[in-house]
Amino acid sequence: MPIKAITPDYHGDFKDGVEKFHGNQIVNIHWEKHLMFAWPMCVPLPPAMPFGALIEAVLPGIFGKHPDFAKIDWNTVEWKTSKGAFTPDPAKSLADNGIGHKTTIRFRTPGLDGVDGNAVC
Amino acid sequence: MAAEGNAKPAKKLSLKENYALLTRGLGWEPSYEKKEDIFRYIHFEGVKIHDWDKWEDPFRLTMDAYWKYQGEKERKLYAIVDAFQQHNGQFNVTDARYVQALKVFINGITELEYDSHRGFNILAREFPGVGPRIAAQMQSLDELRHATTQIHTISQYAKYFTGMNEFPYQFDRVWYLSIPKSFFEDAVTSGPFEFIVAISFAFEYVLTNLAFMPWMSGAAFNGDMATVSFGFSAQSDEARHMTLGIEVIKFLLEQDPGNVPLVQKWIDKWFWRGYRLLSLLATMMDYMLPKRVMAWNEAWEIYYEQNGGALFADLARYGIKPPKRAPETIAEKGHVAHQMWSVFYANRDAVGFQMWLPSDEEMAWMSEKYPDTFDQYYRPRYEYWKAQEAAGTPFRNTTLPQLCQVCQWPCLFTESGDPTTLSLRESEYRGQTFHMCSDGCKDIFDDTPEKYVHAWLPVHQIYQGNCFLPGVDPTAPDFNPMVEALRYMGIKPGVDGGDFKGSADATNWEKWTSRPANIHEGAYTDAVRDTASPADVGARKAG
Repeated sequence: MPIKAITPDYHGDFKDGVEKFHGNQIVNIHWEKHLMFAWPMCVPLPPAMPFGALIEAVLPGIFGKHPDFAKIDWNTVEWKTSKGAFTPDPAKSLADNGIGHKTTIRFRTPGLDGVDGNAVC
Repeated sequence: MAAEGNAKPAKKLSLKENYALLTRGLGWEPSYEKKEDIFRYIHFEGVKIHDWDKWEDPFRLTMDAYWKYQGEKERKLYAIVDAFQQHNGQFNVTDARYVQALKVFINGITELEYDSHRGFNILAREFPGVGPRIAAQMQSLDELRHATTQIHTISQYAKYFTGMNEFPYQFDRVWYLSIPKSFFEDAVTSGPFEFIVAISFAFEYVLTNLAFMPWMSGAAFNGDMATVSFGFSAQSDEARHMTLGIEVIKFLLEQDPGNVPLVQKWIDKWFWRGYRLLSLLATMMDYMLPKRVMAWNEAWEIYYEQNGGALFADLARYGIKPPKRAPETIAEKGHVAHQMWSVFYANRDAVGFQMWLPSDEEMAWMSEKYPDTFDQYYRPRYEYWKAQEAAGTPFRNTTLPQLCQVCQWPCLFTESGDPTTLSLRESEYRGQTFHMCSDGCKDIFDDTPEKYVHAWLPVHQIYQGNCFLPGVDPTAPDFNPMVEALRYMGIKPGVDGGDFKGSADATNWEKWTSRPANIHEGAYTDAVRDTASPADVGARKAG
């Protein structure tokens, strides 16, 4: 049912369309079972950035302080978005890996579930 | 007074006549304008009112009596505030950590009183019934009074402590203050009926007892006589506001059966929005009060589960059900305070108040109060962070959060029943993705995406380049968006936020009072001579 408003056909502007981010798109990244990082991290990234660069250049700046981070075997990482699990091709761009504007990526590192495996830090 | 004594004094009106003349008698039937042209906004929401005269005035108060009572309250309150200032009452609170809670209050809550003043002003203009218009007018003045008394009271603290001197500026700019701001602006931009159900019923009647009972008791328990005085002065108004809230609901439900689903939808929405806003109190109560009166989960049990349960049992005869997302609030009650404090700590360089890790004494209290959650899910995190602090590598998060499109909290909450998995929800709308923190917020977005697509989300605004002061050049080689965004928000890193230990507030407190800035950690500086709290000193003097 459409919104009830004083103005007929009222509709707010889309405040966060991709065209407003100066060539970047918003990507949210959450490392599961590491809740010391207790929210999905929001970063603006070029859609043409290779997925491999996300892993090598972006994630260390966000999560690198965690003792588990250096132990990650990136070949075993499980990736998913709201559309389900996916296997990224590191050579292809974010866009070609299906990562669009405001996509939230969740990744899980099997065997690494936080300090002492407690999942909460 | 009759002149010269030969005119008979006017007959004194009975209370009933006086009341009728000074309330309903103030209205009139328009003669040269059509009613629908005067009251333009009461139809579009779909609420049907057949007889405004069926409105029972919930408090038999006339405007002249209102001024008299309020004037009396003001005189008492300001006498206490004067005494508080003359006796340097700001130094009688338990320790300087308590003052950090006042920063949250003045920056995030006082402005809501002012927004509420605006909202009730609109109702006093828009409702055709005289009874509800007068009630709305009185509440509008109450809310303005609450804003001013809070500002006057807390101004004494602002002379001595950081982070309270820019509150109107910061309310419109600081990233986490968009949480309260967006809450009330959502309400004010609703129709008049949604607003009054949202604020008078869902917020005032169902939820604000949490602010005025346990929080104000906490202020008193920690020696803050100024805050508790404005709290109690406001509480007598709140009692009236709550009566208005329940009268509104009964009036709407009795006027037309078609109003029931509308009212239910607004209760579901605004209960959830109000809960998300007020759960900030959870972390204030459990972490920011150096001496605690009750835990958040206990407060929620008393003020929502018991009182709210009785209320909704009473409303069942109208066909009203308890708020749809109430079970989630009960499932979260053992988690929400700890989750919020964790993210504030991790992001302490970007907030306007100082942070600390809970002491051993406080963690023991939390283990006792939260036996099912604290030791398993939160103690390990704090102990790891303590070890990191001790090792000289304190943990800091430096990346901005994904925000909820509706409540604007970071998506920091966990799934009900799964405290190690974040609760992340999404909706696709006209080809775009929107994120929500919970099913409660997703319900709200999905119902009216037209409204929420243009939410001003601070994180996205920073990345769009809209949160910098004039003259800043985002193309300069040394441009740092986070540093510039904090300047824009009026937050001085290392002064307003950051670590409590070593902060100006902590150091000054010890210099000025000779008492520890954190009663649980002993002295930070050699200025400390007296390690007892003011209550202990008082007891010693008395006994």
